[in-house]
Amino acid sequence: MAIKQLTVFVENRRGCLAEITDLLAKNGIDMRALSIADTKDFGILRLIVSDTQKALHVLRENCVLVQTTDVIGVKLSDRTGELSSALAALDRAGINVEYLYAFLTRVAQNAYVVLRVEDNGAAADVLTKAGFAMVGEDDIRAL
Amino acid sequence: MQRYYQKDIETMPQERLRELQSQKLVKQVRHVYEHVPYYRDLMEKKGVTPDEIRGVDDLYKLPFLSKNDLRETYPYGMLAVPLSDCVRIQSTSGTTGKRVIAYYTQHDIDLWEECCARAIMAAGGTRDDVVQVCYGYGLFTGGPGLNGGSHKVGSLTLPMSSGNTERQIQFMMDLKATILCCTPSYAAYIGESLKERGYKPEDNCLKAGIFGAEPWTEEMRHDIEASLGIKAYDIYGLTETSGPGVSFECEEQKGMHINEDHFLAEIIDPDTGEVLPEGSRGELVFTSLDKEAFPLLRYRTRDICVLTRKKCSCGRTHVRMSKPMGRSDDMLIIRGVNVFPSQIETVLLNEGYAPNYRIEVDRANNSDTLDVYVELVPEQFSDTVSGVTAREKALAGAIKTMLGINPAVHLVAPKTIERSEGKAVRVIDKRKLHD
Repeated sequence: MAIKQLTVFVENRRGCLAEITDLLAKNGIDMRALSIADTKDFGILRLIVSDTQKALHVLRENCVLVQTTDVIGVKLSDRTGELSSALAALDRAGINVEYLYAFLTRVAQNAYVVLRVEDNGAAADVLTKAGFAMVGEDDIRAL
Repeated sequence: MQRYYQKDIETMPQERLRELQSQKLVKQVRHVYEHVPYYRDLMEKKGVTPDEIRGVDDLYKLPFLSKNDLRETYPYGMLAVPLSDCVRIQSTSGTTGKRVIAYYTQHDIDLWEECCARAIMAAGGTRDDVVQVCYGYGLFTGGPGLNGGSHKVGSLTLPMSSGNTERQIQFMMDLKATILCCTPSYAAYIGESLKERGYKPEDNCLKAGIFGAEPWTEEMRHDIEASLGIKAYDIYGLTETSGPGVSFECEEQKGMHINEDHFLAEIIDPDTGEVLPEGSRGELVFTSLDKEAFPLLRYRTRDICVLTRKKCSCGRTHVRMSKPMGRSDDMLIIRGVNVFPSQIETVLLNEGYAPNYRIEVDRANNSDTLDVYVELVPEQFSDTVSGVTAREKALAGAIKTMLGINPAVHLVAPKTIERSEGKAVRVIDKRKLHD
């Protein structure tokens, strides 16, 4: 059920992020979801893109430090408290969320949320049992 | 297979070598005393006359020379022959202050090139080899020294000089270079560049590399050997004694044989000047036994190392010196602790990083600060901030264990630390700006 996230090391200097988004744009790669974690010295950019392999190739060719990380995506209906109840289900199962972020596009009353947890399989089971649908690679391609 | 350029000298029994050194020393001291007023004054101040120097055992009586003396006497104060007998000038890089120049008669050039020829043959070089010299040519001694040595061996010499990596690789592949001579950091860079272009280590024809002019570690040797598919030999020298080739490694790769028939080596206590017994760690001091134009006696190199006379399986009898821990010019004193950049490099390689780093020393609130910038490698990258900062902390901890002082480690993006084509500038000491 895991989906591939691109994890990119970004230096904390002017123009660095733009260079990366520019490379993706020039190569016709769409961003589906993104988040950035930053510190004083560096940032970690996390991306879900339309073509992961192509993005990996393009970025590596330009000496960008990038790797893929398996994450899971969950479909939440656009209702107050949906995310809370998903997180509560994980909490009850003792699953810790490292980070999460939302997709940029909204699909048919659904919000897609990316979750990074220790054990993807276990978390997907918990969420499915709690009545949530998971985001698959097909869903991303359909965006 | 044992190869020597001058077998009778290189394998001469140690007692005979010592006799030869004594004879040469007596003659050389007289030559310097008569022709270099600056040194004669130093001898007179110390109350020693040439008559008192009857052999190597009397060497300790002579005054030392330091880099400062060479700056004092710039440009021709150390000249011991008429200038018209000189055929060449070389110079230090001047990174640690005013340039020092050295002058050579043809005889001096020949003996220097012979030393380099010994180094090339010790690395397996023959007249059938193709020697690619990518040390800088010009005032820097690296290029001219190895170039001359390669000529003496009779190898085909590629006088590439430094830089233009694209062309280096093209010539290396097209002309099937077999021996590479450059700085170790440039060798590492060439290895990296070959890999980027999709070459495997076995795709080149190189069999050996002769690397020197800057400190490097055993770990770096292993990396270079693996990336180029060669055996990597260390070579040592300094402009003040002639250039590269003062000492060199044989196939044992356990210390560098000093060309003792030309350069008499001592280890002294850098604080007291006292001569230390074999096996002690101390400052290396050289006395040129044959050089005519620029014959330095008891020149303090500021390099810290150890000498051994233990028998070497290569058959050479000449004393071996350990890799210098780094020139004391490179040595940093941080919070009262002696720090050599090579120590930090060792930690980086042990912890799985590439030797691409920059050290910055500064002062804040009257205390020294040490910042180490290291390129992040894919194996150490993580998708969380806590993951990356944990790597930084682990590396800082490993450096602290080695040095005893706590650095701030900053992981930076790959390829953002400047690559060097000559001597690597890895240390920025900002404290000097404040003084």
